Amino acid sequence: MTPALAILGDFGEAIEFIFKERESVSGGVQIGGIPELAGFGATHMIVSVAALAIAAALAIPLALWLGHIGRGDFLATATSNVGRAVPSLALLAFFISFVGLGYTNVISVLVLLAIPPLITNTYVGVRQVDRDTVDAARGQGMSGMEIVRKIELPLALPAIFDGLRTSAVNVVATATIAPLANVQTLGEPIITPQTYGFVGQLGAAILVAVITIAVDVLFARLQKAVTPAGLKLADPAPSRWFSRPTRRRLKST
Amino acid sequence: MTSTHRRILAALAAMCLTFGLAACGEDDSADTGSSGETPAAEGKVIQRDAANASKETITVGSKNFTEQYILGEVYAQTLEAQGFKVKRRLNLGSEQVAYKALGGGNIDMYPEYTGTALTSFFKVKTADVPKDADEAYELAKTNYEKKGITALERTPFQNTFIIASTKKTATEAGDPKTASELFTKNPKLSISGFPECRQREDCLLGLRSTYGFKGKFVSSDGKFNDLDGGQSDLTLAFSTDPQLALTDKYVAYEDDKKFFPPYNITLGIRDETVTAIGEEAVQTLVAVQEGMTEEAMRELNRRVELDKQEPKKVAADYLKEEGFVE
Amino acid sequence: MNLLPLAQLKIEKPGGSDSCAASNDFCPGWIAENIGRYWDPLLEHVVLTLVPVAIGFAISMALAIMAHRRRWLTGPIITVTGIFFAIPSVAAFFLLQPITGLGTTTAMVALTSYTLLIIFRNITTGLRNVPAETRDAAIGQGLTQRQVLVRVELPMATPEIMAGLRIATSTTVGLAALAVFAGGGGLGTEILVDKYFKSNVVVAGGLAVLLAAVLDLLILTAQRAVTPWQRARS
Repeated sequence: MTPALAILGDFGEAIEFIFKERESVSGGVQIGGIPELAGFGATHMIVSVAALAIAAALAIPLALWLGHIGRGDFLATATSNVGRAVPSLALLAFFISFVGLGYTNVISVLVLLAIPPLITNTYVGVRQVDRDTVDAARGQGMSGMEIVRKIELPLALPAIFDGLRTSAVNVVATATIAPLANVQTLGEPIITPQTYGFVGQLGAAILVAVITIAVDVLFARLQKAVTPAGLKLADPAPSRWFSRPTRRRLKST
Repeated sequence: MTSTHRRILAALAAMCLTFGLAACGEDDSADTGSSGETPAAEGKVIQRDAANASKETITVGSKNFTEQYILGEVYAQTLEAQGFKVKRRLNLGSEQVAYKALGGGNIDMYPEYTGTALTSFFKVKTADVPKDADEAYELAKTNYEKKGITALERTPFQNTFIIASTKKTATEAGDPKTASELFTKNPKLSISGFPECRQREDCLLGLRSTYGFKGKFVSSDGKFNDLDGGQSDLTLAFSTDPQLALTDKYVAYEDDKKFFPPYNITLGIRDETVTAIGEEAVQTLVAVQEGMTEEAMRELNRRVELDKQEPKKVAADYLKEEGFVE
Repeated sequence: MNLLPLAQLKIEKPGGSDSCAASNDFCPGWIAENIGRYWDPLLEHVVLTLVPVAIGFAISMALAIMAHRRRWLTGPIITVTGIFFAIPSVAAFFLLQPITGLGTTTAMVALTSYTLLIIFRNITTGLRNVPAETRDAAIGQGLTQRQVLVRVELPMATPEIMAGLRIATSTTVGLAALAVFAGGGGLGTEILVDKYFKSNVVVAGGLAVLLAAVLDLLILTAQRAVTPWQRARS
């Protein structure tokens, strides 16, 4: 181990585990290193992206419409409250015992976890669109669908992306426990210490943390990019990390 | 205001009701297994020694599956019956975690399988592990000694891996009796096993090299649940699994190439703890192992896994039925 | 070896006595009988929730008051707490282990760190939303900065602060289920012990949701008690 890394002790070894292959703790197999971890990482991202896409396709149109007609207050609050409290582990175990193992199980769980923030944030985003603007548009003869598409959706985009950001972080984080259902994501070294050792567990944990933070930053940037300049100026809290207080951030893993 | 109060009361009532049912439903005096007569177990009953209460608390650990919970509880309750103060840290995780905890002093003892100790801790290749149970134990004991750990006498029973499938799969596979037959005729069957198995020489990797297993590996510790749910064709079960007794539902295949090493339990105790608890306590710990045959362990596992009893109670019943505790 | 003991362990008929439980189904009967075994894990779970939220609240309040005076601190604090928030709890439980070892401490440190962003942001928003006129009026009456904070701004920010507490609490209940990976106990341990037994999973998970609901309502009641002049927004 290079002297610099040695100082960090366990963390140094964990970082070395990420980059260099080594023999497994139980012996006889080479584990660790970029190729293997990239494989886990690819699986991790594939299930995350798939789940987020499905959840978005389901939740956003629904919440847009509900926000437009103004009937979804209870649903928005209820889903966010319940969604926050359901432990991801319980949900995964529930699906294991009722549905079985594999990708279907994992992606279903991730979709369920991703939906609440999307519904709540999209709904609130649409509700917060200035009513006068909507009335003016209606006065001009726009149909409901047109209003949603041309007025409410664009103005609600920052809120929608806030929801996407929260969901993305939750999904990537929860994908860590997917190996319990036979889908080998980056959580695999964490649940198999016999093979990967504590050093492997730590290395995988570091990778998961780094990736999740990267996803968070990515979506924060995207959110900023879709916020119309006018809204940015109108925001009472000038810090760019500040999102509207009524939009809830959820965390499920 | 009132509606909120009502909602709170309703939620609290729901919680109280669910736990109140526990008070009504639980039958503390349930005597599920006692055959009625406990013959005067001449000198077998564990004697309480008042001096032990003033000694330091002993921490008993275990790994994270049914048999380990039961064993951990048996040893813990044995010590408690002698008057020691005992703390439990069961459900530690895999053997790596447990071994680390033992070495670091976080726990004072935990039960380990001889085969696992040799291959996982002492770097003995699976093929080099002695096939004889006593030899394997002696080798493990010597290795443990070098680490400052005393390995108590091995248990009568061993809990080795055994390949199992549903009866239906067996019939479709041509009713093979041994693992070799099974794999030569049906190389494509999938097998499920606990996650670490995927990368272990004494598990999947060995199966592939020794038995020429070519099928898919399903990483899951569901065992018979995987078979029932159709998640895999075969599974790596434990020989003390209670489901193996259901011979009309499941079939086990003989390990004719003697691939798996012996897996008897030996309680690994830190040397300092051995000195602290004294020779008599150590002998008692060995004595309670007398009743641990494969059949007995299968029954104990059955009570937890199928009857859903708690390991603590099952361990207590074991000690009572065997006559170690009144 | 004495053969007599062997005869004493009563071997039940194979297959077990309760066929519903033996087949890992959802069994209301079994649940009613055995719900007592979830009591201890539930208590552990309560502790794993309340302690981090309490400590998180204390830290967030201190940070928020600091940032109230020096606005420029808000950005950096949010960035740092945001990073803590983004780290998945399972990862955090392992990252902390070399420092705090395996056990409740690790779990609580990680869980506390997740509450910081939520509570801090809500306190700050609540304080910022106090109308300038109200603040001016208070100063005009001769109150010091600190008195304004304690007697005017904080009480007016209470709904927002309570909302933050509610979010933090239900979030922590959900995350505390993963504390089992840090050796911290809680309802997650029960789930992992028999994750194929439908009754077990439903009860353990259900208790967590129920706990979150109860705590949520308790905080809501406290909020209404403390702010009689406002109808609390849920």
